Amino acid sequence: MSSTTEPKIGNLADLLAVAWQIEADAAERYDMLAGQMEQHNNPELVAAFRDLSRAEGIHRDEIKRLAGDIDVVAHAREVATWTKGESPEAVDLAGAHYMMTPWHALRLALAGEQRALAYFKAVVESTRDPAIKKMAEEFVEEEAEHVNLVHRLLRKHKAPPDSWSDDLDPPVSLE
Amino acid sequence: MATLDNRLACKPADFKSDVNPIWCPGCGDYHVLLSFTRAFAQLGLPPERIAVISGIGCSSRIPAYTNCYGFHGVHGRSLALAAGLKVTRPDLTVVVASGDGDGYSIGGNHFLHACRRNIDMTYVVMDNRIYGMTKGQPSPTTEPEFDTALSPGGTGVSPFHPLVIALASGANFVARCFSGEINETTTTLVEAIRHPGFSFVEILSPCVTFRPDEREWKSLVHPAPVAATSDPAKAARRIMTDDGFNIGILYRGNRKPYQPPVGPASVDICDLEKDFEL
Amino acid sequence: MGDSQSISVAFVGSGGAGALTTGNFLLEAASLAGWHGLLTRTVGAQIRGGEAASLVRLARHPVECLPDRFDILIGIDWLNAQRFGAEIEVGPDSLVISDPKGGEPPPVVAAAGARVVEVPLKDMAKAIPEGRPNMIALGIAARLLGLDAAAVSTLIEKRLADKGATAVEASRKGIEAGYKVAEGIAFGRALGSPAASAARRWLVSGNEAAALGAIRGGIRFAAAYPITPATEVLEWLAPNLARMGGVLLQAEDELAAINMIIGASFGGTPSLTATSGPGLSLMIEALGLATAAEIPIVIVDVMRAGPSTGIPTKSEQGDLNIAVYGCHGDAPHLVVAPQSVGDCLFTTQWATYLAETLQAPAIVLSDQFVGQARSAIERPADVAFIGQRAKLTEMATEVATAYKRYATAGGTVSPMAIPGTRGGQYTADGLTHTERGTPTSGAGDHTKQLDKRRDKLAAFNYGDHWATIEGDGDLTVLTWGSLTGTAREAIARARADGIACTLFAPRLLAPVQPEKFAAALAGKTRVLVVEQSHGAQFYRYLRAHYDLPKDARVLSRPGPLPIRPSEIHDAITQWRP
Repeated sequence: MSSTTEPKIGNLADLLAVAWQIEADAAERYDMLAGQMEQHNNPELVAAFRDLSRAEGIHRDEIKRLAGDIDVVAHAREVATWTKGESPEAVDLAGAHYMMTPWHALRLALAGEQRALAYFKAVVESTRDPAIKKMAEEFVEEEAEHVNLVHRLLRKHKAPPDSWSDDLDPPVSLE
Repeated sequence: MATLDNRLACKPADFKSDVNPIWCPGCGDYHVLLSFTRAFAQLGLPPERIAVISGIGCSSRIPAYTNCYGFHGVHGRSLALAAGLKVTRPDLTVVVASGDGDGYSIGGNHFLHACRRNIDMTYVVMDNRIYGMTKGQPSPTTEPEFDTALSPGGTGVSPFHPLVIALASGANFVARCFSGEINETTTTLVEAIRHPGFSFVEILSPCVTFRPDEREWKSLVHPAPVAATSDPAKAARRIMTDDGFNIGILYRGNRKPYQPPVGPASVDICDLEKDFEL
Repeated sequence: MGDSQSISVAFVGSGGAGALTTGNFLLEAASLAGWHGLLTRTVGAQIRGGEAASLVRLARHPVECLPDRFDILIGIDWLNAQRFGAEIEVGPDSLVISDPKGGEPPPVVAAAGARVVEVPLKDMAKAIPEGRPNMIALGIAARLLGLDAAAVSTLIEKRLADKGATAVEASRKGIEAGYKVAEGIAFGRALGSPAASAARRWLVSGNEAAALGAIRGGIRFAAAYPITPATEVLEWLAPNLARMGGVLLQAEDELAAINMIIGASFGGTPSLTATSGPGLSLMIEALGLATAAEIPIVIVDVMRAGPSTGIPTKSEQGDLNIAVYGCHGDAPHLVVAPQSVGDCLFTTQWATYLAETLQAPAIVLSDQFVGQARSAIERPADVAFIGQRAKLTEMATEVATAYKRYATAGGTVSPMAIPGTRGGQYTADGLTHTERGTPTSGAGDHTKQLDKRRDKLAAFNYGDHWATIEGDGDLTVLTWGSLTGTAREAIARARADGIACTLFAPRLLAPVQPEKFAAALAGKTRVLVVEQSHGAQFYRYLRAHYDLPKDARVLSRPGPLPIRPSEIHDAITQWRP
């Protein structure tokens, strides 16, 4: 679903740009899902996804601050591209369902954070540049915190029963 | 890859309209929409230079979800709309969107002739092996044993092989994608659009509502074992023995696209009367 | 019943005799000499070698219909000619030229009491190397009409030049032989010398005229699927559109043809297709799409006898219903009908102008009679009806108000964004839509758009072209299409009998024009509806939408036989107030 070998990191600017992009993509993806949930009348999930989007937005802005003078937005256009798989925290749209519950959303988020974690771990492992290694290790810690946060949130929700997607109404034919 | 200038010009978000899709959450077409917007951005074209033409069906709703010019026509006739548009406006980039019902059933005849005519356009068929919009009837690509209300116990009729048909009819570029692989699909679409002549891209796009069994597609798809060929005979053999889940560009042809000259008149309109003058 | 104003000649022959070509040559020769004329043809069921007849009517004044009876009937041979018996009526004053070796003339000849003169066409032709009986027949007809022999020969030399010197010489000799033998045949009528006129003249068929009218109106794209009797429209357009920088694309079927022209029009190019009844039936769904999405297109329907496959080579006025009512839902659009060969040009040009101006489809209801007839006419005047579509000019993407393709404020037609125009992006849709074009199921939007599409057509001022209204008699002959000329002639005869009639032929069939129609019939007490349809489609259409005087009669019959001037004349004279 997501690669650990791309995008390639050549320098600190690259790392910051990719990290920024990962969070930006995540925020955008959650917003997309919030829009779907709004269109499909699932207000609980609209709130859930907007919250997730907001959180990712905060992470994204923090990375921008961390980057200081480096224009991560512009640089991300150059280096933060994925050809195989997607940006790690852009959660899988196929996991959406119009009757999904917050638990499902958090499971998606968890998978996303775990993928991001795996990516930064791989950067730590593969880089020879000490500066990159140091910063990547920071990101590993950050992502690990996110993973644990999601785990804690998940504990507040029970896994839904098997009938969670039962809709008494049949599908509607529009055309 | 688009140049920096091009990419500054338009981001994928610029190609997305503000209309919320009616597709069921989980539908593969959401991925296809992402691939479209990413491909358009990579091509570096402004939205007003792209026309997305469709027929009827869930996948055919896509034009209104883009910020390009669009035409949501009648069932099965998108390729004809697109042909008239492209030959008179060769300056536009024309992408045709369809599904397995719209494109292979009622649209079947136009499919043959569009491949044969080889006008420069890209035909994207979102194949979910079912008629989704009308609540789950079998399509020409549905498995014979698949049970539906209209065909209890399955149709007993084998699906046909659209990629083979495209090749036999003269399509100049044949590819198969999986909607779940958004960026891979984007790359293929970019190449398909750039490739001259009629490019045919089938995108396996699961229907979450009527084909929940298609969730397993993501484990069934695999890259095509050999790189694309430009030899139609080779391509035909490979595609005929295809398992239906080979992903990638399968054929790149060299046929010259059909585009009659469109341009200023070479005579004065009064000259046309000479036919009749006594 | 002779008509000293015109002389009509029919050539009948089979199996490669060249009856059709002979008629063509006669028409052309007479036209070059300054006469007006009309030629139609009638054929058997074979693709080649079948029995065929060409019917030519010549006069010093414009000719718009066939005569009641033919003055001269020349049988190059008579094989299977009884097929044409009902169509080629002759009378006691008619002259029939018959080759004793060509079989027996059809029974109607003897029954009519026509004068038969035997001429050994085959033997005469045999006496000329590569001689052909039809050239002798041509010579006979030309001499009887008083055409100059040298002029006829010059024309034939030009037309047959590509067949080689022997063929040309053989034809010339054949015409000469025909002239010689005709000198011994008494024929009491002559056309007289043609009216001197400086007007430029054409020899043209209705289908060709329609095609040129389309180009004059701005058409630059055509999609083609061949069908009898419309194919010639498309064949003329193929090279001539290209010369104008346009394109003709052959489609795989009529479903593709109409969708192609909708796509091209969506892209900004005025577009047209031509078909006949069966093709129009296939096109109806997309006609509704063009109406709903407000995309201008022109469909020329050259009507033939129906229903279903019908009689492809014969005329009828049976597509009125499907042209006006064919769409599901309420889908008002334009329907116009040319009234003569020359009018095919004007009406198709006008249809293009109307379609583009009103962003709606226009159907041109031509028919086989007028479409395939060739006529010598005065060059139709240039008219200023050129399609002008209201288009959106470029908008900066920062503009706050999003473009409303289907805006209803400000009345009728909303500007169309042509693809490529920045800021104008919209998705054209057959689904009911909002002003922005987004699909909706809302009652308000649905009614708004239905009203818009109806009102834009209803509010438009179509001017005087909407109908032909001539005369001021109380008895009004109400007809349409190719019957206009026939009615005109019948009315002229009635005037000579002291009966004044009005000719009233709408050119615009849809949308209806209630006020104008009422004004045209104001004070009239008698109306005679004349049409060529089994189900009296025109009469029922008028009854549905207009008030007719209480005293309304209908002369309605289907094809394949044309309605004659005498039938209408009889209906007029037999109707005492």
